[in-house]
Formats: sequence, C-alpha cells, structure tokens
Amino acid sequence: MEVVRLRVNGDDRACGVPAHYTLLETLRYGLGLTGSKQGCDKGDCGACTVIVDGRAVLSCITPVWEAEGKDVRTVEGLASGTETHPVQDEFDLNGAAQCGFCTPGILCSSVALLDRNPSPTREEIRTALAGNLCRCTGYAKIYDAVEAAAARLGE
Amino acid sequence: MRKVDGLAKATGRARYTDDIRLPGMLHGKILRSPHPHARIEAIDTSRAEALEGVHAVVTGRDMPTTFGIIPWTPDEYPLCVDRVRYIGDGVAAVAALDEDTAIAALDLIDVTYEELPAYLDPHEAIAAEAGPYIHEPRKPGWNGNVTKVVKLEFGEVEDGFAEADLVVEGDYLFEGTTHTPIEPHCAIGLAEGDGKLTVWSATQVPHYLHRELARVLEVDPAKVRVIQPPVGGAFGGKSEPFDLEFCVAKLSMMTGRPVKILYTREEVFYAHRGRHPFHMHYRTGATREGLLTSVDAEIVLDGGAYASFGLVTTYYSGQLLTAPYRMPAYRFHSTRAYTNKPACGPKRGHGSVQPRFAFEVQLDRIAEALSIDPIELRRRNFIGPNTRTVNDLRVTSNGFLECLDAVEQASDWKRKHRRLPYGRGVGVAGSTYITGTNYPIYPNEMPQSGIQLQVDRSGRVSVFSGASEIGQGVDSMVTYIVAEELGVPLDHIRVLAGDTDFTPVDLGAYSSRVTFMLGNACIEAAKRIKVMVQDAVAEAWDAKPGEVLLAGGWAVRAGDTATSMPLREAFNLAEAKFGTLGATGSYNTPKDVHGDYRGATIGASPAYSFTAHVAEVEVDPETGFVNVEKIWIAHDCGRALNPVLVAGQMEGSAYMGFAEALMEEQIFKSADQGRAGLHNAPSLLDYRIPTSLDTPELESLIIESIDPEGPYGAKEAGEGPLHPSIPAIANAIHDAVGVRMNTLPFSPPRVWRAIREAEDGRRRAAPVSRAAVAAGVK
Repeated sequence: MEVVRLRVNGDDRACGVPAHYTLLETLRYGLGLTGSKQGCDKGDCGACTVIVDGRAVLSCITPVWEAEGKDVRTVEGLASGTETHPVQDEFDLNGAAQCGFCTPGILCSSVALLDRNPSPTREEIRTALAGNLCRCTGYAKIYDAVEAAAARLGE
Repeated sequence: MRKVDGLAKATGRARYTDDIRLPGMLHGKILRSPHPHARIEAIDTSRAEALEGVHAVVTGRDMPTTFGIIPWTPDEYPLCVDRVRYIGDGVAAVAALDEDTAIAALDLIDVTYEELPAYLDPHEAIAAEAGPYIHEPRKPGWNGNVTKVVKLEFGEVEDGFAEADLVVEGDYLFEGTTHTPIEPHCAIGLAEGDGKLTVWSATQVPHYLHRELARVLEVDPAKVRVIQPPVGGAFGGKSEPFDLEFCVAKLSMMTGRPVKILYTREEVFYAHRGRHPFHMHYRTGATREGLLTSVDAEIVLDGGAYASFGLVTTYYSGQLLTAPYRMPAYRFHSTRAYTNKPACGPKRGHGSVQPRFAFEVQLDRIAEALSIDPIELRRRNFIGPNTRTVNDLRVTSNGFLECLDAVEQASDWKRKHRRLPYGRGVGVAGSTYITGTNYPIYPNEMPQSGIQLQVDRSGRVSVFSGASEIGQGVDSMVTYIVAEELGVPLDHIRVLAGDTDFTPVDLGAYSSRVTFMLGNACIEAAKRIKVMVQDAVAEAWDAKPGEVLLAGGWAVRAGDTATSMPLREAFNLAEAKFGTLGATGSYNTPKDVHGDYRGATIGASPAYSFTAHVAEVEVDPETGFVNVEKIWIAHDCGRALNPVLVAGQMEGSAYMGFAEALMEEQIFKSADQGRAGLHNAPSLLDYRIPTSLDTPELESLIIESIDPEGPYGAKEAGEGPLHPSIPAIANAIHDAVGVRMNTLPFSPPRVWRAIREAEDGRRRAAPVSRAAVAAGVK
C-alpha cells in the first residue's frame, strides 16, 4: 500500500492503494466514488471516462500516480451543489440514459467538450463521443441531450 | 416525462451490482477450461487452498445438480463435474481476500484433462454416428449432439409450390452475434448464520434465479432472497442463471462472508448465450401478382455447448415468421446442434431475427423478378388485423400497413428505389414480434406478472414491482400508470423493484413482455384502490362514486370543480373507511390464442408488434465498404405510454440490427487457425460494436394501433424494431450495386467479393435482363 494524494471534485483526498492501482480502481475502491464504471478494464468502452485537468481521460488505463496533483472530476462532481449540470438534466429529459452504465463516462466526455467548445455541431459531438460505447440508445438521444444542454448553457 | 431513475443515472447515484461493497467481502474468480472438449480426470485444489488470503475453493463436485433455464433440458452444472464442453467452461472457483490473490490462486489449481474430439461445425455434429458426443444421448442410439428437432407443416406446401408462378430459392448464413452489455455480469452472495441466503445479481430474471439457486444449492426457497440492482444493459444476455451466481452463493455458504464475482470482459464474451448461428435454406413460392403461395424452410441452428433456451429458439426459428404476411402454406424443419463453443441463447429478437433476414431478402428477390415495388408486394400480402396465421396464432391489432406507409413517405422511397445512381440504394423490410410469451417457462397456472401498491397517509404511493429494470424504463412505466389511474403526481410515487423478499413475482425482462403484462397488472391494482377512494370521498360529498375524479393531486367532483380536496385527504378518508390502503394486481394471458398441435403454444402471444424499415446506403464498389446513411423505423407499439422511451427502444434496436448487419460476428478459431474453439475477438476493440461515428442517422416513426388487450392499448417496442434492420440493409445493398448478400455480416471483403463475382459473371455471360433472371428462377 502507498498513499496517493488526489484532488477529486474539488476535495483534496489521500488514499492508501496498491502501487499498481489505476485511477478508476482508486476512485471506486479507494474513495468509494462508484459513479465511474468499469466496462472493459482496457480502454475500449469509455465507461470509466473522467475529466483530468479539463480533458476526458480513460481512468481504467491511467495509473493513479499520473493523476497525482491534477484536478480530477467525476460524474459525482458535475453538479454544482444541489444544482445538476444542464447536461445531466437534459440526459434525463431526452431519454439519453437507458441502462445508464455508459452514462457517467459519456457525461464526462460531453462536459469536457462543452467546456472547450460551448456550441458544438452534431458532427463535433459525434467525434467527441467516439470513445464512449453506448449499447442501448443508438446515440441519437445522446446527441439531442448534448445539443439541448449546449443551448441552455448559451442562454 | 422524466424517467424515475433518470437523474440517479445521470449523477452517478444509481448503484449497480459491482458498486455494492459489503463489510468483510471476499472476491471470487472462476477457473475456466482451456480445452473445447475434455474429460476432467482429476482436480487438485490443495495448493490453492494453502495460499495466504484464500478462504475457500469450490469445484463442480460441491454442486452436483444440473440446471437449465428450460426445465426439460437441464444439462449444465454450476461448475463442470466430469466434462468441459467449451473453452471457458467453469471448472473451479476461489474466494480470496482480494482479486489479485484470487487470480493467483487459480494458477495453483491442478486439473488433469483427457482431451476429446471437438465439434465446431453444427453439420458435423449432427452427422456424428458414434460417441463421445457432447452430451449423453437422451435415449440409447440417439445422437447426443442434437438438442432439438422441430418439423411442422401447415397447409398444402407442395401444392402451393405447384400453383406458384415463381419459386425463389436461397441459402443464408447468420454467423451469430453476442449482446455485449456495457456492464459485465456481476453477483454477490451473502449467507447468514440463520440459513438466509441473499444474492445480488445483474440478472434479467430474478424469479427464475431464485428458483434455481434454491434447487441447486438445496436451500429452502423461502430463505433465498434475490436482489436485482439496476442492470447495465442485458439484451437477453442475462436471462438465465450463470456460474457466478451459484459460485458466490456457495462460497459465501462455505466462508460465512459475502463474496463478489465480477466477470472480466473476456468472460462476458465466453458466457455468451447470444444469437445462434443459423444455416438457412428457403424456398418461397408466389403468384405472378406477387401473392405468396408457399414457404419452406430448412434450418440448422448452431447451439454451442448447452441447451440454454435452445428448445424455444428451435421453435421460434419457424413459428414467428407467419406474420405480417399471409402464407397459405408453410413448412419448417429446424435442427439445433450442440457444438464445443459457448452456449447460444436469446438475444433481442430471440430466434426470429435470423429467419426474418432470409425471408425478407427472398421477398425482395420476388419483387425484383416480378417487377413489383417491394413495398407494394408487402402490402399485397398483408395478413390484416383480427385474424389467425397459418400456424394458428391469434393476431389482434396490426398497424403494419401504416408502418409501410410511414417509411415509404419519410424516406421518399418512390423517388429513390431503383432510381439512385450506381453505388446508392434503398431497401425495405417488415416484421412482427411477440409481446410476451403466452406461457411461463415452467408450467403453472399462476399470474405471469404481479404488483402491489401501498398508499401512505402522506399521499405517497409505493409500488412493489417484481419486474426487472434493465434500462427499458419499466419502473417509469408503472409510475406513469399509477399517476394516470390515481391522479398522484409523479414525484409522489416510489418504486421498489426486483427484490424477491418484498415484491410479487414477475417472470422477468424477456420476450418483450413487461409493459403489456406488468402494465395490465398495475392498472388492475390501481383501479382497486381507486374504487375505495371514490367510495369514501363520495360518501363525504354525498355524491355517486363515479362523480369523484382523481387527477393532478386532487379529488374533484365531476361538473362541480368547487368541490374538491387534496388527494392526501381523499386517501385518508379511504383508509379510515376501509383500513390500511393497498392492493395487488396481476396479469395472466388469455389461453385461446393458439392452435392445439404439439408446439402450438411456442410463439403464441397476447399481442404482436409490427415494424417496417427503409435503409439508405452508399456502397463503395472499390472497397466493398457499406455506409448506411439513414434508417427510417416505423413501429406499431400499440400505444406509446412515453413516446421518448418508445423511440429510444426503436433507435436502440435499429442500431443493434445495423451492427449485426455490417460489423458484428461471434466467431471461433478452428484447429488450423491455431486453437480450436478459441474466441476470435473477445474484447470490445476487436469484436466491433459501433461507435457514435459508425452509427447511421435513425428516425423513429411511432405507429399506434391501440391494442384491445394492452395497457391503454400498448404493445412491445423493445425487440420488434430490430428485425427489419438487417434485411433492409441487404436489400438496399442490392439496390445500390446489384448483389445479393446472403452471409452476415456484410463486411467490406464480402461485399467487395460479391461485386467482383457479379462483374466476372457479367463478363463471362451475355448481359442478362431482369426478366430473364426472373424466368430462370423457377
């Protein structure tokens, strides 16, 4: 066990983990932040996507030590206090989450996109989400939700 | 309308099985067979047991009772006892302090195998004349490699072909695909000192799991509790018990500690139970006007190592083809083989997606040969509503014609079909699917679906639902129904679902049964409460019960809106008059909806959905790459209780069908490819499922035929809309480049080769006109 120090969702956290732990394992097993999901454990599905220093990152293939000292945001940190992020709300309103297992990763990819590009085209949304597999929706309602959220953020 | 679990899923609060950690929890791993077929001569677990951190090791001999989702074909053990039948078959399981230790312990289990000849090809398996077979023959002299044979004939098949002006014949191969839910299978077992056993599992069938756990582990079923947390996708892949559920339970019973097993992604591919490979031969006869005269199908199903749902799949391979078109005569002969590969089972559109592909391509060939528009051909053969199919299935509501109209108009079909330049094309296909099976998997007269409502003095209604929320929105569906019937605001309704200790039995999220069956049960329960509330309020108002309306959180007197009270007060009056307020509701199917021949009940459903697709494609003749630009999906769901959720099911279905058409293939290596029975691509990178960049534009067109027996007229939407995707794309490829794709998936090499062969054929022979091709068909 070694102690890793992370800034997660605005909190400075310290956590004892085996040296080989990934960021995903540390979040889920070390810190109890189970919102980020493990779908493949090898960087293929995107369910583990979190935001590190503003960029969407696959936490299941990121050694936790690489995230040390960086700003990590997970699905649990997208809302501001009791106010959900517009993307979260629009996912609900548009039926963009069916089983919901890919949703945390897709939300993180979407927020990372909207933070750097507040009014993306549908093509840009498709490209930004190309690393996140969804098996339920056929993606159509996800695009609708991200577009609706972008519109709300732009108001 | 929001989903009841939408925000929980969008904020990371939804707790899936792997998100649960219990105090003192151990982690389990399963040792899997490296051989496709072998006898287990000996297993020595002593070195593993001696490893620091290992708490228990279990083998097949600790659970020597067979099970199977179909009660007539129990042919698997929780862990193999004396024989392994595919690479990946479970042999032993370990519970250890952590996952790393469990993995290390697997290496210390010594298994001695005697390898046996493996069957990978279903035809070879069926042709085998002597053992060792994959399973012991059920009777001496039988072939133990055959799971099931179904031969059924309706009407005068050969007469129908004699009357036909045109007979189209073709061979089709569907190599099979798997579900790949993004959530891998996961289960946690907790055996407590008082004999209680709790299993949390990512399952679609908590009730069947409850029964099998009790039977196989010899535990009193009244002491077994199955909890189904939210499931991260299933699609049929979690609809029977799996080795991990028995193993976590047994390991917890042995150690007294909670035990969790989470499959790796590779294990999910080997657990499989996905779409069967089908080898199909079809003959279809039609008159000059395009009316069907006779259909004959010969099908070999490659079942893999175990029966799974195979008995049903074998029937479904033929039984579900008899609508939406009228068939005067129909015969099918289906044989399911065992092979030494992971077992196949039900995937979205169980057993009927493969024949639908073949059949709808046959129809397209008929339309082409007769120079009839393919949509018009389908209209001419429409079976209609309120009728019986050739195999005596009762059809009630039927919006198929409206589906055809909708896709024809939305896609601008008439301007495109046979009119687009070479390389571009459109194709159409239609289909039907069951809205639940008429009979449960184990014979019984009890309801297929049950629900319980309880009214709190605060005005809140609690819903205890046995149904399985797997993303399709069933928890939301019952909330909408309670709100509709009792006038309760949506946020005053709580759903507790999928916990066998607290919820009535619902048979599970399979066969597109849940909205229809649980929805009807929920309406019944809500109406029982409504009657009490109306009675109590009417007494207070000196009115007739029928004058009491419940809506928007209020009880209101009809025609006198000044007379009203908050719903909470109305509920309190009812509780004062009738006692604690609650009700149950249940649903069972009508029994007069099918014929009385052997097998007539399989394929019978209280209602059928109907679908039509048009796909538009662009084919690059240089590379064989097919780009599906758009799919128009029209689906008759009876009534859309929440149109957003219905459209989501339609789009997800069309996406999955598109993926099977162009990309996905569950295939295994042969001996000359290195290692017989090894999965070719057990990862999400290599088994190609579509990303956002691969997936075409999808447009949902909801058709409402208002079913006479569905809840408010609703039928299914979860599986039917997948069926036409594949043949619509196949037919569009033909419209684009003139080749018939009869083998799935339509990958670039296959399409490229088909185009080259067609060109070579044209060069060798004189140009053949469309009419000449037609004349030569018979």
